[in-house]
Amino acid sequence: MATIEARPVGFFTDTSICIGCKACEVACKEWNQLEGNPPKFLADSFDNTGQLDAQNWRHVQFIETIPAAATNGGGAPVINMPTQQGGQAWLMLSDVCKHCQQASCLEVCPTNAIVRTEFDTVLIQQDVCNGCRDCISACPYGVIGFNEKTGTAQKCTLCYDRLQNGMQPACAKACPTESIKFGYLDDLHKVADDRLANIQKAGYTSAQLYGRDASVYGGLNAFFLLMDKPETYGLPNKENATLPSRNNLPGYLGGAVTAVAGLVAGVLAFRSQRMSGQAEKR
Amino acid sequence: MPGAEHFAAPPNWEWWILAYFFFGGIAGGSYAIGTLIRLAGTPADQRAARIAFIASFIALIPCPLFLIADLGTPLRFTNMLLNASEGGLSFKYWSPMSVGSWALLGFGLFSFVSFLVAVFAPLGAFARGAVGAVWNVIGTGLGFFVAGYTGVLLAVSNQPVWSDAGWVLGGLFLASALTGAAALLLLVARSRREVEAGTTLRIEAADRNFALLEAILFVLFLVSVAIAGSITKLFGLYLLLWVVVVIGLASPFLMPRLARTWPPVAGPVVALLGVLALRALVIFAAQA
Repeated sequence: MATIEARPVGFFTDTSICIGCKACEVACKEWNQLEGNPPKFLADSFDNTGQLDAQNWRHVQFIETIPAAATNGGGAPVINMPTQQGGQAWLMLSDVCKHCQQASCLEVCPTNAIVRTEFDTVLIQQDVCNGCRDCISACPYGVIGFNEKTGTAQKCTLCYDRLQNGMQPACAKACPTESIKFGYLDDLHKVADDRLANIQKAGYTSAQLYGRDASVYGGLNAFFLLMDKPETYGLPNKENATLPSRNNLPGYLGGAVTAVAGLVAGVLAFRSQRMSGQAEKR
Repeated sequence: MPGAEHFAAPPNWEWWILAYFFFGGIAGGSYAIGTLIRLAGTPADQRAARIAFIASFIALIPCPLFLIADLGTPLRFTNMLLNASEGGLSFKYWSPMSVGSWALLGFGLFSFVSFLVAVFAPLGAFARGAVGAVWNVIGTGLGFFVAGYTGVLLAVSNQPVWSDAGWVLGGLFLASALTGAAALLLLVARSRREVEAGTTLRIEAADRNFALLEAILFVLFLVSVAIAGSITKLFGLYLLLWVVVVIGLASPFLMPRLARTWPPVAGPVVALLGVLALRALVIFAAQA
């Protein structure tokens, strides 16, 4: 059995070749024994998963972006729509925990339940988590969900148990188009750079790598090749990729200033009233 | 300037957290007012200080219970203080929830001792001495922290509204806690003969000052959220909570004029409802 070295690993998800088959979702649920949520008709393209949460650690997004040229001027889509240039009318992305280098969830977790593993991935220790849900409020990607049955927060583990046994994560193994690539981060970066160069040469100028460099949360171990801007996929751009701790100092400073103001307000009330009371007695 | 974009999922902090924020604020605010009266009030005011310290501890008692009830795995509440994975203590100064857990524990000790001193007259010498004063000052620092860190805890996230008003939310909750605590003290003081009318007047004056401070911070909060582009989260049905907040803020100023027609408890009760409504507005609207 092959072994996986204790060095940074991750996913490179190439959305340009995702076909939306959801094999990754199925493989993830099967391996991790996730029951899934009750099926619902979401009326959102082919999406009946909805979002990442405690039961969905992979979520294939179907984003319908119809170019202006395909509408009849009034905004209504043309029924017999011509073939779109580059086939970009339908964006698909298999979303997952990003295993951020600067992880918001790990930052706020009060119990140290969230740790970084020897593979440089972010893991919620299920035997330590007490279900306070602070990580859910912090995660900028809406990745983490609360499992009512276990009473803990849950998300993708990047198949930590499989990694320890020399196996690649279930989703990457199942992906039929190799849209989800697993490997050592250094190797994945090279693959991604080559792919971006090729796809841009082919005319897809809006293609970009998301999380490849440190501009978003210090770099993401699960990074993406996107065919449009990050916001289209529900991913915060560089300007909005902010850590919760940015509000620590200003928050406490604001509280401290208010505390001083409150003390002054209280002393003024008691002192001035006392003085006026004494004046009345005289 | 473009507004902030949020893609975070809500943590579903609801009624237990609302109850904790309310009672924790009242506990911290009452302790601070007790200390203020003790150090800046007249000898006759000291009866009100005693009531404030008792109210502080009584309000604090359910707080840990609310927090534990909100946990997904309540029996693991000790993991907030003890590191279950590596042993030793668990303390992260950059995590408001971690710091808040320790502050609540520390404040519990100070509030409990001050409660004992207030209840048992033979311990009065401690209350009058320098050691007692130092104890009250330290306890007030912790009380302020417990009253205000809850706002910082919300701000240290990636949620709309909460993180958009990062610098103001802690202060707003603290000022609101003082307003609520003063209202509660008025409510109790008016029902007890041993509290003199002069003392009640001084508490009313303090309540007006606190409400003014809270009103300024509430406006700053709304401006911050509006600049970030999240103000619409506070609209809809939540406008009803706005009304309660505004009436609660106005009550310390209006009540002296309405004293002849309204029962004396009306003002403090409305002010307390305003304090509760403010927290409900902030907690629920952001997660809707």
